[in-house]
Amino acid sequence: MEANRRRKRCALVFAALAAALALTAALNVSVGSVAISPAEIGDILLRRSGDVTRSNIIWQIRLPRLIMSAILGGALALSGFLLQTFFGNPIAGPFVLGISSGAKLTVALTMILLLERLRAVSSWTMVAAAFAGSLLCVGFILLLSRRLRHMASLLVAGIMVGYICSAATDFIVTFASESDIVNLRGWSLGSFSGMSWEQVGAAAVLVGAGLLGAFLLSKPMNAYRLGESYARSLGVNIRAFRAALIILSSLLSACVTAFAGPVSFVGIAVPHLVKRALNTARPLAVIPAVFLGGAVFCMACDLIARTAFAPTELNISTVTSVFGAPVVIAMMLRRQRER
Amino acid sequence: MSYAIQARGLAVGYDGVPVVRDISFAIEKGEIVTLIGPNGAGKSTILKSLARQLRLLAGTVELDGRDLAALPARELARRMAVALTERTRPELMTCREAVSMGRYPYTGPLGVLSPEDEAQVDAALETVRARDLGERDFNAVSDGQRQRVLLARALCQQPEIIVLDEPTSFLDIRHKLELLAILRRMAREEGITVVMSLHEIDLAQKISDKIVCVQGETVAQFGPPEEVFTEARIRSLYDLEQGAYDPAFGGVELPRAEGEPQVFVLSNCGSGVPVYRRLQRRGLPFVAGILPTNDVDYHLARRLAVEVVTQEPFGEVSDAALARALALIGAVPRVIDAGVTIGPGNRRAQALAEAARAQGKYERVTE
Repeated sequence: MEANRRRKRCALVFAALAAALALTAALNVSVGSVAISPAEIGDILLRRSGDVTRSNIIWQIRLPRLIMSAILGGALALSGFLLQTFFGNPIAGPFVLGISSGAKLTVALTMILLLERLRAVSSWTMVAAAFAGSLLCVGFILLLSRRLRHMASLLVAGIMVGYICSAATDFIVTFASESDIVNLRGWSLGSFSGMSWEQVGAAAVLVGAGLLGAFLLSKPMNAYRLGESYARSLGVNIRAFRAALIILSSLLSACVTAFAGPVSFVGIAVPHLVKRALNTARPLAVIPAVFLGGAVFCMACDLIARTAFAPTELNISTVTSVFGAPVVIAMMLRRQRER
Repeated sequence: MSYAIQARGLAVGYDGVPVVRDISFAIEKGEIVTLIGPNGAGKSTILKSLARQLRLLAGTVELDGRDLAALPARELARRMAVALTERTRPELMTCREAVSMGRYPYTGPLGVLSPEDEAQVDAALETVRARDLGERDFNAVSDGQRQRVLLARALCQQPEIIVLDEPTSFLDIRHKLELLAILRRMAREEGITVVMSLHEIDLAQKISDKIVCVQGETVAQFGPPEEVFTEARIRSLYDLEQGAYDPAFGGVELPRAEGEPQVFVLSNCGSGVPVYRRLQRRGLPFVAGILPTNDVDYHLARRLAVEVVTQEPFGEVSDAALARALALIGAVPRVIDAGVTIGPGNRRAQALAEAARAQGKYERVTE
C-alpha cells in the first residue's frame, strides 16, 4: 500500500514534469520579439511552409535555442546530482566547486588561441577544452579535499578557485583582440543565444552519453547512499565508481560551459526540488527526474532572460540565480532544522 | 575440514603501520566470536580487515577454505555482511530502503528489486522485529531501531558471516539483550557465523562461543569464554587497577572501602548483599560473618569486606571462627544484623548477636 503510494507520487511528478516541459517548450517557440500565431507555428513546424523569415526564426533561432537550453539544463542538474553523490553533500555543484569557472577559463584560452589562426572553432574542440578545464579543477578540489575534511571549507575553497579562474578569464578577455571580444563577452557571462544545429547535435550526443552513463551508475549510487564502507561491503568498486562519477559530472558540466558559458545554481536547486517532490533520493528515479527538471528550469529561465526586458537580453545566470539561490538558502535552513 | 573463517598470522593496521600483529584463529560455522579488549586496542581494525575494508598487512584469511584477498567483490558480498559504527545520514531514505540495500549483490544492473528480493526484505525486517519501522525515515528512528535496521540490512544480504562492530553501543539494556538474542538465534538456527566486538564483557561472556582478547599489538588469547573469563585474565587485559571482575556472574564491582572496620555485618543467604552495597557507597569499611564459603553473601563479601569470617559449607562454625568473630565485634563500633537464617550448622553464631546486644552495638535491619 505504502509502496503503491510512492509509485503513484513518482508517476505524478514525472507527469507534471513532462507537462511543464511541453508547456515551456511551446511558450519558448511562440513568444519572442516577432509575434507568430500558434496556427502559423504549426504550419511552419509540421508542413515546413509559411513565411521564410518567420520559418527561419522558428527553425534557425528559437528551436535550436530551446532544445539546447533543455539539453544543457538537464546536463547541469544531473552534473550537480552526481557531484552531490560524490561528496555526500547536497550543496555540492559544478558552479560552487569552481568547476564551471575552470572550464570557462580553458575555453576562453582555446578560443583566443585558435581564433587567431582559424575562422571557427568546432563544438568538439570547445567541449574538449572545457572538459580538460573541469577535470583540472576537480583534481585540484580533490587534492584539497584530502586536507579539508570539512565540507564547508571545501566549498569555500571551491568558490575561491572559481573566483581565481573567473579573474583569469576576465584578464584574458580584456586583452583579447576586438573581434574575439564580441563572441567571448556574451559567452563568458552565460547565454543560450545563437545556438546552431551543429552545436545542438554535438551537445545531444555528449549529454546523451552522460545520461546513459549516469543510469548505468544508478545501482552503485544507490548503495553509496549509506556510506563508503557499506557500499564496499556490498561489492561496489569504490575507486572505479568515484572516478566514473567525477568523469561523468565533469563531462556534463563541460558541455554546458562550452556551449552556454557558466550557468549558476541549477546544479544545486533542481536536484533538491526534485528529490523533495519525489520524496525519495533513489537515483533510478532521481536521475531522469533531475534531467527533466533541469530542462524545464533552464528553458523557463531562458524564456524570462530573453523576454522580461526585451529587446535587452539578460544573462542566463542572472535569472537562474534569482530563482535558484533562494532555493539553496531554503534548503540549508531546512537541513539546519533537521539536525 | 575448512573453517568458516581462518586467520593465519595476520597483521592489521592503517597505511602500512600495523596496529595488531600475529593474529591467528579459526572460527567454525555458526559460532559467535566476540572481540574484547580496551579502547584503541585494535578490535575495529581487525574487523575491518576481516571484512576487506582494510588491506591486510601480513598473513592470510580464508573463508571456507578460499582466500579472502582473491574473492570477487560480488561473491564476498554474498558471503559476508557487515554492520559498522560508521554513522551516515542518508537523505530521504526509509528504513525499508536501507534494508533493501542488502539485496545489492543479487539484483540486476539497475538494482531493481524483484518480488523475491522484496520478500527477503520483509523477512529480514520480521526477524529483527522491525516491520512497523519500514516506512519511517532512517534518520528519524532511535539508535536501537537503527541498529536493528542495519542488522536487517545485513541479514537480507543472506550472508554466511556477519561482522558487527560494537552493535550494542548506544543501546539501552533491553535493546542490547534483544539484539544479542537475535544474533544467537541466527547463529543457532541459520548457521550464520557472527564475528563482533563488544564493550560489555558480561554480555560477551554469555553470548559467545569463542572470545578473542585484543590487547594492542597482539591478540592476548583466543578460546572459549570459560578459559578467557578468569579474574586474572580480565584484570590484565583491561589493566584493571581498581575494582573487581566476577567471572561467575560476569559482573564488575567497584573497589572496596579500605581501612579500620567500622561495622560488622551479620548475615547469610543473601540478606547481606544490600547492606554491603550501602556501606560501600558510603565508604565505610566493614567486616562480615560468619559465612559459609558457598553463600551468596560470601561471594560479594570477599570482594567488598575488609575481612570475612567463614565456615565450611554444610559444616559447623569452628571455635577459631567464633573467636575471631567475637574479637571483631569487640573492635567495631556498630554491628548490623541483616537477618541470619539459623540451622544445625551455625547455631553457635547466635552468640554473636547476643554479644553485640550486651555491648550496646546491635542494630537490626528490618526490610
